[in-house]
Amino acid sequence: MAFIDYYKILEVDKKASDKDIKKAYRKLARKYHPDLNPNDKVAEKKFKEINEANEVLSNPENRKKYDQYGKDWQHAEQFDKAKQQQQGSRRQGSYQSADDIFGDSGYSDFFESMFGGRTSGRSRQQIKFRGQDFNAELQLDLKDVYTTHKRTLTINGKNIRLTIPAGVKNGQVIKIKDHGGEGINGGPRGDLYIKFSITNLSNFRLDKNNLHKTVDLDLYTAILGGNITVDTFDGKVQLKVKPETQNDTKVKLKGKGFPVYKKEGTFGDLYITYRVQLPTNLSNTERKLFTELQKIRRS
Amino acid sequence: MNTSHLIAIQTVCTHYKVEMSFFKKLNDMGLIEIVTIEESPFIYRDKMHEVEKMIRIHDELDINIEGIDIVFNLLEKIDALQNELLDVHNRLRFYEE
Repeated sequence: MAFIDYYKILEVDKKASDKDIKKAYRKLARKYHPDLNPNDKVAEKKFKEINEANEVLSNPENRKKYDQYGKDWQHAEQFDKAKQQQQGSRRQGSYQSADDIFGDSGYSDFFESMFGGRTSGRSRQQIKFRGQDFNAELQLDLKDVYTTHKRTLTINGKNIRLTIPAGVKNGQVIKIKDHGGEGINGGPRGDLYIKFSITNLSNFRLDKNNLHKTVDLDLYTAILGGNITVDTFDGKVQLKVKPETQNDTKVKLKGKGFPVYKKEGTFGDLYITYRVQLPTNLSNTERKLFTELQKIRRS
Repeated sequence: MNTSHLIAIQTVCTHYKVEMSFFKKLNDMGLIEIVTIEESPFIYRDKMHEVEKMIRIHDELDINIEGIDIVFNLLEKIDALQNELLDVHNRLRFYEE
């Protein structure tokens, strides 16, 4: 357990006045506050440190004790025992527990050893800070979010069972209340924010809730019409192609698109664009027949 | 009228121990939208997370309403940049795989 220089943490001189300490604390709190530094573990750690330093240095009794013992802080316990004996039974039962005073807040061992559990006469209202919001990113494939399903995530060593609703979008964030960092000085826990990062490895393009796909169509089916089988997101469907279908013709398959977020059973549409494939490597017969067709067309 | 998507500002004031004037100033600054129903002011429930953040920034850091506006604008910019970065990462991963 190492000695912590609270003056250094608050970047003030040992002779700093209460006003200077307050000013230094405010300045650093503005810099490292969890709300202003989302997803920044370093800032969170720094914020806890400056908060702890402020707890000690802004309280005259704690500051006096800290100044008196400094690096010999291990003797603080003996100091307290002697003090308690002097005070006798008058004050028995009036001491608060460390948790009451400082909250279940992850203070350093140094702090707990020096002040925890035995500090008295503390009448100043503790400032409670809400714990830091945690941000996590969940990477999924587009196929994973086609149906609503449950998934267990391990975040900071805790397993969280999460329902992933169908149709959740790339970049969308969901909030899980009270699963963030612990509060400081007994403040409430922060929340957990999960951001979905969705990769589309399919050959569909997603636009809001509509899917788009390009389908190759052979020249003869485009001209004469016919039936083709097309892959949709949830299986194959048979499509009737109209005769004389032009290149880039779009057809809409209603309800064959992507599920609408939080609207169970509601889907967008699927838009198929036909790309007519012209034949290559024509045989002599084919060439002859195409020439024939050309003549007919021009006559 | 269905008000389940709204929360009375009076309730928020009592819970967080803040003055009604704070919300009026936030509204004037365009940071929140106050809806008045039968002469009672409400805010949208889904904005509560942001409102809580504004209260914390105001109380814990002594930042005034103008400062909160600046902070939120900058946080919004950071968020947009992070989203853009995420998009770029996704696209890059698509080509790498």
